Amino acid sequence: MVESALLRFRDDEPHDEPAVTLDAFLGQSNATAVRLEAGEDARALLPQLGQLALVEVSFPTFRDGRGYSAARVLREAGYTGELRAAGDVLVDQLPLMRRCGFDSFAPEAPIDADVLQRSLDRYDYRYQPAADAVVPVWKLRHG
Amino acid sequence: MYKYDQYDQAIVDARVDEFRDQVERRLSGQLTEDQFKPLRLMNGLYLQLHAYMLRVAIPYGTLDARQMRMLGSIARDYDRGYGHFTTRQNLQFNWIKLADTPDILAKLATVEMHAIQTSGNCIRNISADQYAGAAADEVADPRPWAELIRQWSTFHPEFSYLPRKFKIAVIAAAEDRAAMRLHDIGIQLLERDGELGGAIYVGGGMGRTPMVSHLIRDFVTANDLMSYLEACLRVYNRYGRRDNIYKARIKILLHEIGPDKYRRQVEEEFVAVKQLGLDPPRAELDRITAMFAPPAFETDAPADIDRSDPDFAVWLDQNVVAHKQPGYAIVNISLKPAGGIPGDATADQIDLMADLGERFSFNELRVTHAQNIVLPHVAMRDLRKVWTALSEAGLAEPNLDLITDIIACPGLDYCSLANARSIPLAQKIAGRFADRERQRDLGELKLKISGCINACGHHHAGHIGILGVDKKGVENFQLSLGGSGAEDVSLAKITGPGFSEDGVVDAIERVTDTYVDLREPGERFLDTYRRVGFEPFKAAIYG
Repeated sequence: MVESALLRFRDDEPHDEPAVTLDAFLGQSNATAVRLEAGEDARALLPQLGQLALVEVSFPTFRDGRGYSAARVLREAGYTGELRAAGDVLVDQLPLMRRCGFDSFAPEAPIDADVLQRSLDRYDYRYQPAADAVVPVWKLRHG
Repeated sequence: MYKYDQYDQAIVDARVDEFRDQVERRLSGQLTEDQFKPLRLMNGLYLQLHAYMLRVAIPYGTLDARQMRMLGSIARDYDRGYGHFTTRQNLQFNWIKLADTPDILAKLATVEMHAIQTSGNCIRNISADQYAGAAADEVADPRPWAELIRQWSTFHPEFSYLPRKFKIAVIAAAEDRAAMRLHDIGIQLLERDGELGGAIYVGGGMGRTPMVSHLIRDFVTANDLMSYLEACLRVYNRYGRRDNIYKARIKILLHEIGPDKYRRQVEEEFVAVKQLGLDPPRAELDRITAMFAPPAFETDAPADIDRSDPDFAVWLDQNVVAHKQPGYAIVNISLKPAGGIPGDATADQIDLMADLGERFSFNELRVTHAQNIVLPHVAMRDLRKVWTALSEAGLAEPNLDLITDIIACPGLDYCSLANARSIPLAQKIAGRFADRERQRDLGELKLKISGCINACGHHHAGHIGILGVDKKGVENFQLSLGGSGAEDVSLAKITGPGFSEDGVVDAIERVTDTYVDLREPGERFLDTYRRVGFEPFKAAIYG
């Protein structure tokens, strides 16, 4: 069983406005969807976070991990809209991306749904808190 | 020693299951080698010249007899009967089959071991002072801090695809036995107003552009440690270069933006992340620290030793170090016997060291960054027995920190990155200086060999460093002088044109002869070099 479509972990409907570039977003005040390239500063979005419904973060190659920090920065600033990882998004990176706050994925290549489910279910415990609701091991130990 | 609870065990078990799944997908062709590579690397599995190499993590270089025996058993059952202890206090198996790796990891997990993050562009195994808990000069045992960092960094969701690998060392003594200043982050524990905290150094490293780290924060308490490290890493992950892997380490970022700008960015980030509740409560550090409580030392243990056997006396003088507990000593087991491969041990030797650790060192062993083994807590009355057993196994070479105690990378005999063979050169140098009196007369002399510019053999930090390069298809060796990975940290300077394998051995001898001529009483080689400078040595080498 193979899926190449958009993978979403949200209950709302997918946002249908196309994402604009960061430059375009900063230059036009009414856009509600933006695409961040790997080297672009997520903090530039913070003043207008409230109007955004979709932020798409580009992964030009799975080795480029800047998008993980971009996601954390946006979630820590209180962004609750859709946060989409797009590009070279592979099944083995996806659980880490979920922890950093991504809740939507547009992978270039299909992701095997069974492998993905195993991967997402595998770890019952995590050492560190992140942008998800996981309770870190130290909190389980000490309450 | 740290003991896993159900959470630690569940995480390591899940990792075995995950890697088994990844290996199956690779073997069935679902994963390309390009996609599999970062996954296997995150688990310490390299493809070398002849086979897969598996690097097993030995957190802060500490292990018990049961764990050591498991390494011996894996060497016997899945490798060619030996293992190689590394400069990161880990162990490598050089002849591993991909299909066996999930089973090997499952066996390691039964003794609370793993290969998590022993390679890849992530936070690597945390290293520490090999004499932790035993050294007379430490303010505290650094290992509880290292264990906190190990847990925080394990599968860190944000920092698993960094620009490049990331190495952290923790020490707690003025003497730096872990090359702390040559790490991406080095932490030195200090006491201030009765509280323990860490001085945070960032941006050190060896490789092709060696740099000594900068002091970024002079004191961080345990209450803020994770938040501070999170800030340090986030600035690196966001701004570290990704356009050129040779410029991707954090040292280059610090070099390009300067330590002051980096510090400002980190402090700004720290203020923000400190609000997120990333720091475990003090009770977690207390829980870990309790597991590193000193063993049940006998008070008033006898400290007199019969030194009438001259061979034993030499070993005592060279390989045995003062312990903080009267009547006890720290024993260094040299893995640099004449003619041997630096850092290698056979399965039988590994088992024997495990036995000795169990019987005579409160069930503890350490791996050092100089690729030797330490029995940290040996009663002085047992030293003779330990020495006798080591001698019978070829493990009592009395050469700690002498010219034949060579650090060498695996080199072109194993490594696909290497330009030159390190091991045969180490053996030739050890042969040239085989005379024990001569070695001892030359005194502390740290000689380090790397088979390529990546500097795994720490040649930049060698009192004498050697770098193997490829010169038009022929191995060529560059000599450098004056480096140190210790508290008097410095980077070695290249002497000039390189040499053939035999030529560099001759050149080293001219260097040591010059030292003997010029030294003043009590001076180590490094002291003389620093006093008289580079020129007399250069003149002697190139005449």
